[in-house]
Amino acid sequence: MAEATEMLDEREARPAAPDPRYRWLQLSLWTLRAGPALILAILVLVVSLTTPVFFTSRNIGNVFSQTAVIALLGLGQLLVIVSRGIDLSVGSTVALSGVVGAIVYLHVHSTILVVLAILGTGLAVGLANGLVFVLGRVPHPFIVTLASLSIVRGLALWAANGTLISGMPNGVDVLGGGSIGWLPYSFFVVAGLAVLAVIGTTYLVWGRWLYAVGGNPDAARRAGIPVGRVLVSVYVLSGLAAGIGGLITAGLIDAGSPTAGDLAELDSIAAVIIGGAAFAGGRGNVGNALVGAFTIGVIRNALNLHNVNAFYQLMAIGVVVLLAVEGDVIRGYVEKRVRLARAMRQDA
Amino acid sequence: MTPVLAVRGAEKRFGAVVGLDGVDLEVNAGEVLALLGDNGAGKSTLIKCLSGALALDRGMIEMDGRRVSIHTPADARELGIETVYQDLALFDNLRPADNFYAGREAAGPRWLPRSIRVLKRHEMTVTTRQTLARLQVNLDDHGAVGLLSGGQRQGVAVARAAAFASRVVILDEPTAALGVRESRRVLDLILRLREEGKALIVVSHAMDHVMEVADRAVVMRRGRKVGELVPSAETHAEIVSLIVGGGG
Repeated sequence: MAEATEMLDEREARPAAPDPRYRWLQLSLWTLRAGPALILAILVLVVSLTTPVFFTSRNIGNVFSQTAVIALLGLGQLLVIVSRGIDLSVGSTVALSGVVGAIVYLHVHSTILVVLAILGTGLAVGLANGLVFVLGRVPHPFIVTLASLSIVRGLALWAANGTLISGMPNGVDVLGGGSIGWLPYSFFVVAGLAVLAVIGTTYLVWGRWLYAVGGNPDAARRAGIPVGRVLVSVYVLSGLAAGIGGLITAGLIDAGSPTAGDLAELDSIAAVIIGGAAFAGGRGNVGNALVGAFTIGVIRNALNLHNVNAFYQLMAIGVVVLLAVEGDVIRGYVEKRVRLARAMRQDA
Repeated sequence: MTPVLAVRGAEKRFGAVVGLDGVDLEVNAGEVLALLGDNGAGKSTLIKCLSGALALDRGMIEMDGRRVSIHTPADARELGIETVYQDLALFDNLRPADNFYAGREAAGPRWLPRSIRVLKRHEMTVTTRQTLARLQVNLDDHGAVGLLSGGQRQGVAVARAAAFASRVVILDEPTAALGVRESRRVLDLILRLREEGKALIVVSHAMDHVMEVADRAVVMRRGRKVGELVPSAETHAEIVSLIVGGGG
């Protein structure tokens, strides 16, 4: 036994030989991590080469404008997915918040009150989702947010009597539909929210708690992290992001529409998954979620420019989502190999 | 000498099932106490009561001769008791520094609510590196813990406990599922913590490891303490006999 230990110690003293296979694994892992950005870059390059109008400032402005709501919802959805959850109610929240804003505007011509009503509606829906999920001890938020998808959409249709309610304050119209040159205001809203999300997830204690809860909720509880409060906060923020999405949408169409944001929840989930976040929680970042949103935006824009039927757009995005999920599976496999290779290097 | 940690007459029931039945236990500074017993002996219940995951029904826990209350993991941590669970309770998606400081992040300013304080990331990284270096836990890099080998992960979990445990470190099956070399590293780590003056309670089924690192062994069966011996080649058979029920 002692002899065997001595032999092991002697082997340990030797420096590990450079291992090309280990380097290849690390390179593969790096490529998979950079995958979403690489895919978007290649997509933009291919579309630019095949469609000359794509890289005009006007069209880029259109892409930003069309992608703004997906990006906003994606930022909220990212927080939820990192916490191991899902928020299916964000599309309905876009509709309800816009309708509530339009109703407030019918009675009070105050931009501030309309904006507060829109954002407050989003926040209230998010708070309700979070509280029902956490205090109700529901096993998974899928059912909670599926229920609120239906309830909130129903509320929007009921409140608007099933029709569009026209009229929004000028400030809201400008925010949703205006631009500085070719850059829409909504681009700056997305950029501002993204910066706040980066600060929150990277530099604040709350961000560390979020990734800990998503990575290992049991260990997070044992470590004294307030898991329930963190979970409620992510649904509140997702609801608030949906409220901002509702504000942009209402400004863009100068109305509150009870059918706005239809299927937007699926776009937001697709954006986050294309951006390389793990559906199992604990992994994902703001930059890649935006990359995912803009990948969807560029695909739609490119197919529009080529007059491709909208049905094919849905299929194309579905295929990209599948590729992203498969990329995540391959990434998990490569990570396992890296772990094994490291253990072997340690023993070499 | 006053023991760092003492348990007196510990009782714990789960309905009709007796988890602990009048257990006494003491551990001193700079000592490794092995807690032995078959499955269902009450070892896990006892360490859960010491780490705050469960509360005792009867009996008392003393630190340095003074009675203390441990009702939550936070209580245990405040008293300087850290536990390395069998599942390690690591966050595979986070770096070692984030794992070290999970739930007790170095952040400021203090007048802000805790959740929105700004992380002192550099300070946490440097302290973690220093602790890992002091305990000779070598890591390839400081990427996510999920990419580390089993022994390295165990090393991170033990070092995390060591970094914050001012008095007692409890290790639940620290070498389970590890290879020979990785077990060796963990045992060395336990010995280094003993040299630093920590009191250690080690739950293990690996008798070889117990013989090597433990100063004393307490054997439990069916929630009761059935023996206390100094582990050695001479007492090995007696310990095994106590574990399986032949000697008590």
